[in-house]
Amino acid sequence: MLRLEPRREPSAAMVYGAPVLAIALTLIAGSLLFAALGHNPAKALRVFFVEPLSSAYGLAELCLKATPLALCAIGLAIGFRAGVWNIGAEGQLVVGAIAGGGVALLFPNGGSAWLVVLAGLIGALGGLAWASIPAWLRTRFNANEILTSLMLTYVAGLLLQYLVIGPWKDPMGFNFPQSKTFHGDLMLPKLIEGQRLNAGAAIALLAIIGGWIMLSRSLLGFQVRVIGLAPAAGIYAGFVPRRMVWFTLLLSGALAGLAGAFEVTGPIGQLLPSISPGYGFTAIIVAFLGRLHPIGILAASLLIALTYLGGEAAQIMLRLPIAATGVFQGMLLFFLLACDVLIRYRIRFGTLGRKGALS
Amino acid sequence: MSVDLIAAVITAMTLAATPLLLAAIGELVTEKAGVLNLGAEGMMLIGAVVGFGAASLSGSAAVGIAAALLAGMAMALLFALLALTLLANQVATGLALTILGVGLSALIGKPFVGTPLPRLPQLNVPGLSDLPFFGPVFFAHDFLVYASIAAVFGVHWFLEKSRWGLVLRAVGESHDSAHAIGYPVIAIRYAATIFGGAFAGLGGAFLSLAYTPMWAENMTAGRGWIALALVVFATWRPFRALAGAYIFGGVTIAQLHLQGHGFDVPSQFLSMLPYLATILVLALISRDATRIRLNTPACLGLPFKPAQ
Amino acid sequence: MALKGIRKEFPGTIANDDVSLDVAPGQIHALLGQNGAGKSTLVKMIYGVLKPDAGSMSWEGRSVEIDSPNAARVLGIGMVFQHFSLFESLTVAENISLAVGGDEPLARLAERVAAVGARFGLAIDPRRHVHDLSVGERQRVEIVRCLMREPKLLIMDEPTSVLTPQETDVLFGTLRKLSEAGCSLLYISHKLGEIQALCHKATILRGGRVVGACDPRTESPRSMAEMMIGGSFAEAHREPRPPRGQARLAVAGLNTATGLPFATEIKDVSFGVHPGEVFGIAGVAGSGQAELLAALSGEAPVADPAAIKIDGKPVGNLGAAARRDLGLAFVPEERLGRGAVPPMDLTENTILTGYRARKLTNGSWIDRTAARDEALRIIADLGVVARGPEAEAASLSGGNLQKFIVGREIGQTPKLLIVAQPTWGVDAGAAARIHNALLALAEAGSAILVISQDLDELFQLCDRVAVLYHGRLSTPTLASETDVQRIGLQMGGMFEAAERAHA
Repeated sequence: MLRLEPRREPSAAMVYGAPVLAIALTLIAGSLLFAALGHNPAKALRVFFVEPLSSAYGLAELCLKATPLALCAIGLAIGFRAGVWNIGAEGQLVVGAIAGGGVALLFPNGGSAWLVVLAGLIGALGGLAWASIPAWLRTRFNANEILTSLMLTYVAGLLLQYLVIGPWKDPMGFNFPQSKTFHGDLMLPKLIEGQRLNAGAAIALLAIIGGWIMLSRSLLGFQVRVIGLAPAAGIYAGFVPRRMVWFTLLLSGALAGLAGAFEVTGPIGQLLPSISPGYGFTAIIVAFLGRLHPIGILAASLLIALTYLGGEAAQIMLRLPIAATGVFQGMLLFFLLACDVLIRYRIRFGTLGRKGALS
Repeated sequence: MSVDLIAAVITAMTLAATPLLLAAIGELVTEKAGVLNLGAEGMMLIGAVVGFGAASLSGSAAVGIAAALLAGMAMALLFALLALTLLANQVATGLALTILGVGLSALIGKPFVGTPLPRLPQLNVPGLSDLPFFGPVFFAHDFLVYASIAAVFGVHWFLEKSRWGLVLRAVGESHDSAHAIGYPVIAIRYAATIFGGAFAGLGGAFLSLAYTPMWAENMTAGRGWIALALVVFATWRPFRALAGAYIFGGVTIAQLHLQGHGFDVPSQFLSMLPYLATILVLALISRDATRIRLNTPACLGLPFKPAQ
Repeated sequence: MALKGIRKEFPGTIANDDVSLDVAPGQIHALLGQNGAGKSTLVKMIYGVLKPDAGSMSWEGRSVEIDSPNAARVLGIGMVFQHFSLFESLTVAENISLAVGGDEPLARLAERVAAVGARFGLAIDPRRHVHDLSVGERQRVEIVRCLMREPKLLIMDEPTSVLTPQETDVLFGTLRKLSEAGCSLLYISHKLGEIQALCHKATILRGGRVVGACDPRTESPRSMAEMMIGGSFAEAHREPRPPRGQARLAVAGLNTATGLPFATEIKDVSFGVHPGEVFGIAGVAGSGQAELLAALSGEAPVADPAAIKIDGKPVGNLGAAARRDLGLAFVPEERLGRGAVPPMDLTENTILTGYRARKLTNGSWIDRTAARDEALRIIADLGVVARGPEAEAASLSGGNLQKFIVGREIGQTPKLLIVAQPTWGVDAGAAARIHNALLALAEAGSAILVISQDLDELFQLCDRVAVLYHGRLSTPTLASETDVQRIGLQMGGMFEAAERAHA
């Protein structure tokens, strides 16, 4: 029988230890999964986790993939801290891509190097607007934002499909569902010659730093934390929960929208029926893995980006289905949630004795 | 409007409503006990893929259904371990379950994509099923359709009239009080969660074995989430869930029929209808905060920590 | 029942240390001690909710190990908890059915419930929903629930803390009947007067240990008090004085409409609290205190802005933060979760309400150093026992956390301080400290509003007292011109009877 014994105070060691333990457990479970699929676990793990990091290209790709994850995750984490569950970041990302891509399509011949900035801003606005719907529904109608933001994700996906199959389809595109490719003026500048890594990564880093400063040092960040940890205390202190809902949803929507705009004005370069392998959802894992803390999110986004790259590498080199990536990511979150219990509790085995606390 | 058309519409509505109803009725019981399991989408997908795979490999629909049932229960057990025993945050755990379910089902389903499957045997009531109109509409459905209706009645009876139903409601109301009286709160919650998983699995199996006999990645397309919204819409009452599921079935069918009748709206927008309808319904029902507060199980989503 | 050498330890404290006591059949045995002495822990072990780390228990001569409430009930032990374990949305009969177990049809059970209630003078209607019942009625349901199993030992944990004096008399009548019928009673309380009136024997706990056993009918209250507290110290006391000057807090015709399901709405309440005055509002739980407090603090909106005025300024439409800017401070009834954020440390909890009054921010940025200094000051002023300002609020004991919260609010030198249940569940030493701090604040010219269910506390502290019942307020009177009996009648709703009794 498993029994939980509360610790007198939360274990600081476990705050850092739990994610590490979770990663270790995921690797073990992953090895078993690989073996079950008929692959040599050691080889598969190497392909998954080591291969992608073994070249400069790989490292640049890592940061590139980490960019949308980090942007979404920092926004989500601030919301989660306030008890606002924005599960529809993927939808906001898509709408941001549509908005940013729309700007790019408005200027098929470019015009100024600043246009890409405009695309980014409009993208962020798009995501913000998409997130304002669940914010309004929650504050005005008390509707659960998990379900509303999620429903809107499906709607956003359908909207994108409609646009690239219909009005925004590239007439010279051999009837493929895609938009025209964007002019260079509308593309993000590269950070390193010859790599795909672009300025979006720098913005993501700034967002993380900004998030860190806001949460830990500002009064606004304090309000966010209080409302999330003890809503009644927040009301008692005079903080307005409704404002927190709007602020966190709009912020995470804007960041997700920005991420979407960066994807289409970055590595993708046009609008396609699918512009994200689920970054908005995976960002949830990144947020939790990073302990809802900006530094953790930075590390976690790199780790999860690695799983994306690893999945792609494994698909090419081992013919492993790309779905394995999703399983890895899901397992990681699972193990993390399980290991988190060790922060506040000790695990004890055995039945209840005469000594010891009851359960 | 011919009688045949009406019959066809009702039949189609039933088919569309059944997976929603199955998942919703299961989640309703789970939530009545105070557990918020957001993993319905993941559990449905696992049910769909395991059901399809088992039916495909064994050649028997019954085996498929049984396998889906067990698979849903297994996923729910995983959730229960994390949320009930290890006291993890229920919202996060439910999301993890969904993410895992989506990924795992895609992986397991790889070999089955595109393979066909013979249809489930219909449960024809002899004699009655040949009645004009009433026959096909009421008596010629798949086994799971009848199971879903029976489940609604069964859950209603269980919650309102049976002793253990009363205990379950009490656990969802106030787990501390139930514990003080001496009821095994955690065990009851485990049972309720696993029941929810079983029915979510069945809902998924219906999709892949009856509704569109095939497997495709992510084939639930958000139905699990809609089922969760249904539970709120039904204010946790079984018969309301039944009504809600059929209304949604209607919306889904309307969308297909509108497309077929040459409405000049792009198909994608029509496909948005179920999701937009869900949002509308949620907004309307949640607006009455007092009513929600009265009907929500008071301990929903709260972890039960036995006092020391 | 006999306990020998019982010991129970929790991380950080020894709740019970070598406790022994005997309860004879038909005996009303008091377990006396102040808050935190270990009484609740001890009876939880008798009832099987907790297990002792050492020691033995015997029942009717045989040695027993009680490892669950079910086992206790099988032996014949029943318990009425201080915090009721009832299900709000279910009926009385359903609640009792859950507790009693078995497959008895509800109709027959309902009849039995009514019969048992009548036999012991506890009138209840089995068909009513619990959320409709008053606190006193709910307690009756809890008691009947226990009596249905014909217990041989009934444990009651601080039963009168939620009753009016008149309801207490009715309860005592019931308990005496039970005792005469042969049922033993283990009666937990910290109220000496009641123990003397009711009990045959008293065991006194202090700091987890038995420090004395006596017959309360013959022992002097003074010696019992000293054993309970371990020495004597100055309890706060104040001579009631009439109000002077303009009311700092003026409430006129206040009505609330929270719309919450089981709220007791405030109806046409008017009163004023003057600078330097301590004004008390008594009332049993559920009389509308929570609604009144939320309206006054700014946590709940009020329709008429002029219904509440601070120093003449209408504040009904102002939020909590704006009211704090006008000099209001508030100590709420719920400490962890409302008065303080449990996982945050004391420094951050100081910022929670103090950042405006104590200037703990630099524009939109938090000044951590200033906040820490303020937290240290509060800790020193009220003698809070904690590791330091970096201690988590959840790690403090109840009394210390309350001292911190009170100190934080007083530290803002508010012009108007509202306090709810200031010393509920707090040990006598901390309680005295809090009372003295409140009185010092009043002396310095602040207006203080105290809402409490503890009449002794109100009479110790207040100049004027009024009673809240079903959302209505009685006419405030000078504390020296009223007494516990009269207040008790008003708490039970008998405003007119109280007038007659006084006239």
